[in-house]
Amino acid sequence: MTNENLKDKLLTAFQANEANLNGVSKTALHQKRREAIQYFEKLGFPTTKHEEWKYSNVSPLTKEGFELNASTDFGYEDVKMLDIPKLKGNILYFVNGIYNAELSVIVSPAEQLTIYNWAEALKNKPELLDTYFAQYANYQNDAFTALNTAFAHDGVVIEVPDNTVVEEPVILRFITDARTANVAAQPRNLIVAGKNTEVKVAESYRTVGENAGFVNTVTEIVLGENANVQHYKIQNDGQKSHHIGTTQVNQADNSHFYSVTVTINGGFVRNNLNIVLNGQHCEAFMYGLYFPNGKQHVDNHTLVDHAKPNSYSNELYKGILKDKSTGVFNGKIFVRPDAQKTNAYQSCRNVVLSDDASMNTKPQLEIYADDVKCSHGTTTGKLNDEAIFYMRSRGIPLAEAQTLLMYAFCEDVISQIKIDPIRAYLEEMIAQKLAE
Amino acid sequence: MLKITDLQAAVDGKEILKGINLEVNPGEVHAIMGPNGSGKSTLASVLAGRDSYEITGGSVTFEGKDLLEFSPEVRAAEGIFLAFQYPVEIPGVTTINFLKTALNEIRKYRGEEPLDAAQFLKRMRERAKFVNIDDALLKRSLNEGFSGGEKKRNEIFQMAMLEPKLAMLDETDSGLDIDALRIVAEGVNKLRSPERAIIVVTHYQRLLDYIVPDFVHVLYKGRIVKSGPKELAFELEEKGYDWIKAEVEAATV
Repeated sequence: MTNENLKDKLLTAFQANEANLNGVSKTALHQKRREAIQYFEKLGFPTTKHEEWKYSNVSPLTKEGFELNASTDFGYEDVKMLDIPKLKGNILYFVNGIYNAELSVIVSPAEQLTIYNWAEALKNKPELLDTYFAQYANYQNDAFTALNTAFAHDGVVIEVPDNTVVEEPVILRFITDARTANVAAQPRNLIVAGKNTEVKVAESYRTVGENAGFVNTVTEIVLGENANVQHYKIQNDGQKSHHIGTTQVNQADNSHFYSVTVTINGGFVRNNLNIVLNGQHCEAFMYGLYFPNGKQHVDNHTLVDHAKPNSYSNELYKGILKDKSTGVFNGKIFVRPDAQKTNAYQSCRNVVLSDDASMNTKPQLEIYADDVKCSHGTTTGKLNDEAIFYMRSRGIPLAEAQTLLMYAFCEDVISQIKIDPIRAYLEEMIAQKLAE
Repeated sequence: MLKITDLQAAVDGKEILKGINLEVNPGEVHAIMGPNGSGKSTLASVLAGRDSYEITGGSVTFEGKDLLEFSPEVRAAEGIFLAFQYPVEIPGVTTINFLKTALNEIRKYRGEEPLDAAQFLKRMRERAKFVNIDDALLKRSLNEGFSGGEKKRNEIFQMAMLEPKLAMLDETDSGLDIDALRIVAEGVNKLRSPERAIIVVTHYQRLLDYIVPDFVHVLYKGRIVKSGPKELAFELEEKGYDWIKAEVEAATV
């Protein structure tokens, strides 16, 4: 198959979907989809000649065949296998991109938050999608966002009304059921946190089965004044999975956003985290952790756009690379002319354990204001030999000493996850992965 | 217990130890003194198993076993302990977690059951008193941001926890004021026993006022050039190392 095949297949599928829409095709929402597919057609899948994709090659993805609407019998028995001990809260399952009501549990009272899948949102709150959908994630220049926007028809729509603290976390579990075929899924999520709100949302991506998966996801998060949103993205996909995800965040005055992205496994992973600090006295914290081994590839692209004065952003990404794995960190910080008194910090630290593994880091600071504090730093090194000898001299065997040190290296990121059962679960998964 | 015979070691092709002979029996305290660069710390590191040194000759047996064949962790499990001159800071690993792992690995090697949390805590509280070390300090990352004195006290605390048969203290007095020195020395003295041997590596005599050795050896240019009773340390304090150097140079001419 050639590069064009997946693209053509998707374009054909779009037309076929449209033919089944019966009248819905005239809605404003669908007009956006149609606009998006045109952009996708024009942009095509990026090649490594594209500056933003220089180190992340999607051509193997475009040569793979995927079922766009794969059937699945993923059910209760399978959920047990993926159980996160002691986890309580609103837990929603999406299997191959489609909401599964039977597996999902919503516990928060409706006055604290509304959680809809797309079908419910279109029926009960169409104005929410009309107001916010595709207003923030840029589909004009990003082929994958354009593709997701064109195919957007399921995912979660969350609204936290003004002056509300949501006590229970929202856990979104996106399952790629690749047990019988190569599958593609394009979840589209919208989180709107009103004024003076607090909510924790975790997105978990998990592949079951050995076939290839293609998950192209976009989450738009809109923070009102004085909103506090904690957003976690946890990835544990298969060796043959391709994950391309964009988290697009828009912050109003005095809002606080915390992001933690942890990639345990995934054949090809590209995470885009774009935050627009579109208000004063905002704070944005971005943490990331990745452990590629084998031939895994993990690419984190972050963009922090300081659009208004007096805001603060701080970023810490850390990785441990083994075997023939590759990693990319690209961190862009924009400080616009208006955004005086900006504080923006960025740090990316990596441990490369094999001569065949490689890490590409690229900080990009574009500062157009003169009264700002910005800094960035990247380090790539090996484990500290002196620390290993110290541990061994106390009786700790070499392999254990290495694992302890690697684990310690991750600690300041893991500790940012404030949903205790998820953190405990991750700690266990990470310990397992590091011992591999 | 420890028998070092004609031990030679080099780093990057440069010979540092040029034939060390030393025998240490249970219950004895040996001081190894000598000017800077004489090879004192190298000797301690080689015995602990630091792999940046190349052993170019000689042998070391510990309780009859060939020590040089063992990895550092096996040496520790066999009962060897090195208090570091520069204890390493390890962010993200608490002292408690570190020691619990170490202790239980050593127990595993010896075929003993691991200590449970309560037993471990009991032992920890008891031994922490030896060197006046605070609970709060032990909950922090290992040595991270510790003062010089806290780091050295933590070394002796680790020794108390791991109960080695042979402890080597590498310049444990360096960087300590007199009060800290006294606390550390008192901790070591509490750990003296008829079964345990201690090798004190030091440049200055002052530590030996508190930890009184049975034997003093002077290391110079990679060899033990003089051995004697504790009084030898006073002589060195008074006269410096020059007379020893002169003696050695005279003998080699």
